[in-house]
Amino acid sequence: MSYITKSPWIIHYDGSSCNGCDIEVLACLTPMYDVERFGIINTGNPKHADIFLITGSINEQNVSVVKQIYEQMPEPKAVAAIGICATSGGVFKDCYNIMGGVDTVIPVDVYVPGCAARPEAIIDGVVRALGALDEKKKAMEKRPHETTTAAEAVANLDRMGLPDGAPPEPLEELVLPGDDIEVKYFGTQPDDESADDSKNSGSGKEEA
Amino acid sequence: MPVSIYAVIGLVCYLIAGPFVGGLLSGIDRKVTARMQGRFGPPIMQPFYDVRKLMEKEPVTVNSGQDFYVMCFLIFIIITGGLFFFGENLLLVIFTLTTANLFLVIGAYSSNSPYAQIGAERELLQMMAYEPMVLLTAVGLYMTTGSFRIGDIVAGVGLDSGGIPLQYLVGIFIGYLFILTMKFRKSPFDLSLSHHAHQELVKGVTTEFSGRTLALIEIAHWYENVFLLGFVFLFFPNGTWYMAVIGAAVALLAFFLEVFIDNAFARMKWQFALKSSWLVTITFGAANLILLYYLRGLM
Ligand code: SF4
Repeated sequence: MSYITKSPWIIHYDGSSCNGCDIEVLACLTPMYDVERFGIINTGNPKHADIFLITGSINEQNVSVVKQIYEQMPEPKAVAAIGICATSGGVFKDCYNIMGGVDTVIPVDVYVPGCAARPEAIIDGVVRALGALDEKKKAMEKRPHETTTAAEAVANLDRMGLPDGAPPEPLEELVLPGDDIEVKYFGTQPDDESADDSKNSGSGKEEA
Repeated sequence: MPVSIYAVIGLVCYLIAGPFVGGLLSGIDRKVTARMQGRFGPPIMQPFYDVRKLMEKEPVTVNSGQDFYVMCFLIFIIITGGLFFFGENLLLVIFTLTTANLFLVIGAYSSNSPYAQIGAERELLQMMAYEPMVLLTAVGLYMTTGSFRIGDIVAGVGLDSGGIPLQYLVGIFIGYLFILTMKFRKSPFDLSLSHHAHQELVKGVTTEFSGRTLALIEIAHWYENVFLLGFVFLFFPNGTWYMAVIGAAVALLAFFLEVFIDNAFARMKWQFALKSSWLVTITFGAANLILLYYLRGLM
């Protein structure tokens, strides 16, 4: 077990939550639930955070904020969608400005449904996110995280977009962002040609 | 002057045991804080887990200079403490400490992030607030023992038999405890870097530092805290072993006093921090020195 599971730092962002779930997230820090027992700290800084807790659904105005926070967090990182709004859009799903759950914008590792999600469920969600973090950490150890060659950079670019454009057939195991994904599926999936554009040509070359 | 064996032992102990003692203290701090708030609190070893985790994270830096400045911060803090526990000149120690802190400020400024810059400015303000009192402490210790060398002060050179520096320096001791709150980054004076969630503009000076760099800052703070408690110790020794034990005990007590103050107060504005610390410096520090000066004249 890596040390990341012993000291997960959290950043909490309120999407378009009704504040119900926010209150429950903060309740986890109170003496009643005291998540600091597990070394969990609520930092206000994405650069220090390991787990991204989002409450509320994603709307047209906060999509860039959510993306930016996610991108600023150093690997390994996990995302937990707290509440049914963050999971699927919830009661706000059909509003004109709502894009949907958090996974419409960034990859989500743990869904904690509930309206509002109970603190016990949130803590459970964070603990499950630790499992995801641990796996990502192991994947990181397998691959050097510094991209040196252009081909590697392109491969990593593709990896970032994986949750949306995931291959039709999974590779050996579940594809998680941050996993050690090799570019081979571009070569082995000739019918994927339609989705191919200029940036994939680099990885194709590496295959040859 | 031959190097004393105690000086070498002090130096080696500090270099090796310093971060462990500092990390342990910070773990106890978090536990005590949690208990004061009615919580169970993290394990005592939590600060070590945190640093190990930070070491494992992906390195992300804003610019290449940043890591260099933080490294300099750590190195100069270690040099400061090393000089201190080696028994070198007190003034030299204070100036190296200032240099070390300046590297942290430059590192924060270099990121160009507005939050880090506010943190850096507040760090500078804090330095303005506590620096005079630190210097007065050195001067006070010089006036009682007749030497700036820490080796001499610890050996109790220049003291009347049975006396300890504290009996001449009560005012300066109070003043030093006051600014210790600032140096430990505790409320009400944790202007540049608060350890409490939601009390800080993002994360003060450390906003733009992450992963390994942040771990180095944390280790530097452990070294720094041990050295600062060593400073409290300097008010007690007169060459006897029992005063040394008492001095170490009081240094620990001072640490818990700071933890207590941290939990009992909210953060103040920087104006208050600056004014109050200078007021304390003048009323307790300078007045103590003037009194000492006249008493020395009479004796
Ligand atoms: S899930 Fe319910 S409580 Fe949570 S933000 Fe949505 S509406 Fe509010």
